[in-house]
Amino acid sequence: MKPKTIIDKIWENHVVYREEGKPDLLYIDLHLVHEVTSPQAFEGLRQKGRKVRRPDLTFATMDHNVPTVNRFVITDEVARNQIAALERNCREFGIPLADLNSEEQGIVHVIGPELGLTQPGKTIVCGDSHTSTHGAFGALAFGIGTSEVEHVLATQTLWQHKPKTLQICINGRLGKGVTAKDVILAIIGRYGVGVGTGYIIEFTGEAIRRMSMEERMTICNMSIEAGARAGLISPDETTFAYLRGRKYAPKGEEFDKAVERWRALASDEGAKYDKTIEIDASTIAPMVTWGTNPAMSTSVDGVVPHPEQFESKTEQNAVRRALEYMGLRPGTPITDIPVQHVFIGSCTNSRLSDLRAAASIVKGKKVAPGVRALVVPGSQQVKKQAEAEGLAQIFIDAGFEWRDSGCSACLGMNPDIIPEGEHCASTSNRNFEGRQGKGARTHLVSPVMAAAAAIYGHFVDVRQLEAEPVC
Amino acid sequence: MKPFTIHRGKTAGIDRANIDTDQIIPKQFLKRIERTGFGQFLFYDWRYLSDGTPNPEFELNRPENEGATILVADENFGCGSSREHAPWALQDYGFRVIIAPSFADIFYNNCLKNGLLPIRLDKEDVRYLLRQSERADYELTVSLEEQRVFDDEGFSRPFDIDPYRKQLLLKGWDEIDLTFVYEAHIAAYERRHCPRP
Repeated sequence: MKPKTIIDKIWENHVVYREEGKPDLLYIDLHLVHEVTSPQAFEGLRQKGRKVRRPDLTFATMDHNVPTVNRFVITDEVARNQIAALERNCREFGIPLADLNSEEQGIVHVIGPELGLTQPGKTIVCGDSHTSTHGAFGALAFGIGTSEVEHVLATQTLWQHKPKTLQICINGRLGKGVTAKDVILAIIGRYGVGVGTGYIIEFTGEAIRRMSMEERMTICNMSIEAGARAGLISPDETTFAYLRGRKYAPKGEEFDKAVERWRALASDEGAKYDKTIEIDASTIAPMVTWGTNPAMSTSVDGVVPHPEQFESKTEQNAVRRALEYMGLRPGTPITDIPVQHVFIGSCTNSRLSDLRAAASIVKGKKVAPGVRALVVPGSQQVKKQAEAEGLAQIFIDAGFEWRDSGCSACLGMNPDIIPEGEHCASTSNRNFEGRQGKGARTHLVSPVMAAAAAIYGHFVDVRQLEAEPVC
Repeated sequence: MKPFTIHRGKTAGIDRANIDTDQIIPKQFLKRIERTGFGQFLFYDWRYLSDGTPNPEFELNRPENEGATILVADENFGCGSSREHAPWALQDYGFRVIIAPSFADIFYNNCLKNGLLPIRLDKEDVRYLLRQSERADYELTVSLEEQRVFDDEGFSRPFDIDPYRKQLLLKGWDEIDLTFVYEAHIAAYERRHCPRP
């Protein structure tokens, strides 16, 4: 038989209807819903008297708008209204909801895997571009708009053309202090924010195989920042071990049977991709973005570039504009950039291993004067576990603010906003103009880089620091 | 969805690449639960100064772009978040067509679902249209039926669009109604695969 990629296999398994000249009608196994991109979809169903076809394959939570302190006191009336609308919609249409009272509440892309809802081979959608996160499990997961949310609610399907396939192979091992975040920032930095447009990326290679599930989630999460429809990783023993015992994962004998099926999903030896990129892991250093899209980055030992270094006029103009927005001068060493805010959180880097890594840098030290540092765990479960392990205390003792879970300062829809003109070392995924607040200057980094910036008040090369054991 | 057949209108150019959805509609305006009324917030942080007055530097605030219904921009337009509020805002502001060398995937799909036509043209053609857009009297015609963009001065280019999407746009059909036709196939799939949480 012709060798197939995992993408081919999942796709073929989900075709409900196929006809020449039309996209395929694909079945959707899991639909995750949150408060911001769903109200208009539910309203559409109501107007036409339609039902949700499979409420049992739908799961909702509230994350974008929720305050991370005094979470039950939502002072923004419009935000409160949106959260109330989700509660009303879930009740009316019979959809399970992890609300603010639930121990299962958290960022939608953190709780899906945590609850075992995310499984290899599934098609997963959500009205959120970072749905690609779930691809870490060997699922085909992608973000959709509100009209598509409505379509999936009503029919449990989507009309989709199959994208091309792009293999990104990370050979060898990562150096000390270099994380999954640095890998994905390096990929986007080297190949651009459009490298994945029209493709689904499969990440392969030794460095990926050696990663934990949480590291793989960080990589797949930012596939969308490379323009890809989705990013995924073939499942292996690491995947199965993570899923065993999770709430919605199959149990007992069923689990063993599932593992057999899941194992067969991995891309076959010799499978063909439309494009392949190979990267040597040892060439990747801790990364920091200096501009206003995730490709505008350099290694921590680098400098802010000159616009003239770039080839096209369009790029030069974009860089000039970005440097003006960021208040940075060409030639400035990255480690000379002062930081007034640190945000450790978001669907990219707010899981337990992220907090452990950050805490290992923070332990026994103090946040630098003039720096405001936030830790926002990805879910209430992550929060609880971090408190039980003593990580929360390490952060609090150092002067960090320890918060409830939510999307928070990644996009500042709740009160966690970075003030105009101030620099923020952020573990989130987008450094667009105004993303964290009007005029806010975002630098995307890994959790250890963010933690180190909090302690020193500027970027430092974590490879030169000693991490303290935290658990 | 409002059908799209042929449209003639003024163009406005924003000569930037990677215009992301955070710029098209900033996050503070995503909390509404309606589909309408987003046009007033389009490009908010670029369009208005800190004191709330229009920024005269911003392209859409220039007098020659008043009343434009076709937006021309550089590559990777609409990158970033999946917020459909971006096409809603562009459409509510008055745009019917967006022309760029390339679009982000989710944004492109979201436009088609709303009768806002995204058109990919070659970089050189987009450069030409960006230059023409500096004129106050420049108009372009977009025929979806013929898949062609042309002006009165000899510029005429074909464009690609998926035939299935083209049909939906031309007819203004509700895609969900159309999918319901395949109900028996969906039910059969569920019997075969028994999807469960």
